[in-house]
Amino acid sequence: MTSDSWPLWEVFVRSRRGLSHTHAGSLHAPDAEMALRNARDLYTRRSEGVSIWVVPSTEITASSPDEKDPFFEPSADKPYRHPTFYEIPEGVKHL
Amino acid sequence: MSTPDTRETAGPGVETSAITAAALALGDDALVLSHRLGEWAGSAPVLEEEVALANIALDLLGQARILLSLVGDEDELAYLREERSFRNAQLVEQPNGDFAHTIARQLYFSTYQHLLYGQLAAGDGPFAGLAAKAVKEVAYHQDHAEHWTLRLGDGTPESHDRMQRACDTLWRYTGELFQPVDGLDLDHTAMESAWLDSVTAVLTKATLTVPTGPRTGAWAAGAGRQGLHTESFGRMLAEMQHLHRSHPGATW
Repeated sequence: MTSDSWPLWEVFVRSRRGLSHTHAGSLHAPDAEMALRNARDLYTRRSEGVSIWVVPSTEITASSPDEKDPFFEPSADKPYRHPTFYEIPEGVKHL
Repeated sequence: MSTPDTRETAGPGVETSAITAAALALGDDALVLSHRLGEWAGSAPVLEEEVALANIALDLLGQARILLSLVGDEDELAYLREERSFRNAQLVEQPNGDFAHTIARQLYFSTYQHLLYGQLAAGDGPFAGLAAKAVKEVAYHQDHAEHWTLRLGDGTPESHDRMQRACDTLWRYTGELFQPVDGLDLDHTAMESAWLDSVTAVLTKATLTVPTGPRTGAWAAGAGRQGLHTESFGRMLAEMQHLHRSHPGATW
């Protein structure tokens, strides 16, 4: 059996409580349970995480590079949409 | 070539106690299985599984280092002992075979090791600290082996046949795991019956037949703890030790 016959999974790892899951990479696995275990071995061996999600890559709908302009360009020149005018209180680390 | 016997490595005037004998048995189990699993590096069925097996091997190597350090110099013990001085059970030295053999060996051994470390961690003996840490590692090894046993046993006709053959072949090496070891005050009978229950449950769920061959007695294996090993072990040791023996004291 080669990895070609196994579906691809996207791996999301939460590095600490309170943070959100972040995309860590992808891997091949025969099913979700094994994907979770492979993800544990590939992406959290050096205590990078406290929680893992695996998602079949085929279930992800991605924006197309062709749509880049209508999707993202309009927000580039609107600084008032960014919360840059607030002072961040001391002690707030993950904002 | 002279064999550094464990009494010598423990240092002059240091008696090889029952505790060092036990550390040697458990340490050699971990060391030898670690090396066997390491042999998959570069040839595992898939990249993901190669990393999984290497991770398990590294967990075991860590356990071996702690245990062998209780006995003497870890490098001398690993690289300069002759075959007859190793005290590992014969199960762990069995060749990797096909992937099913490796998984069957993992299932049998990790189920035993999980029970063993569980008992040691619950006690207050010299291995309690090590066992408390290792029992979590081994719980994962057992989980890994169980998941693969289910998938191979309840997979295709070929994977089922191969897994059944592997379970049957290695069955006779499992009785030795429950022979009393000097220095370990454990309830081996309870451990063995818990082991049988656990392995039976996994094999049954995997649609495999629990092997019926002997696990103890004249037709079973089981003198590894006395220093008697099977044929392939010598070759494995030669590979494991040749670098250190050819270049003594080499560092990197």
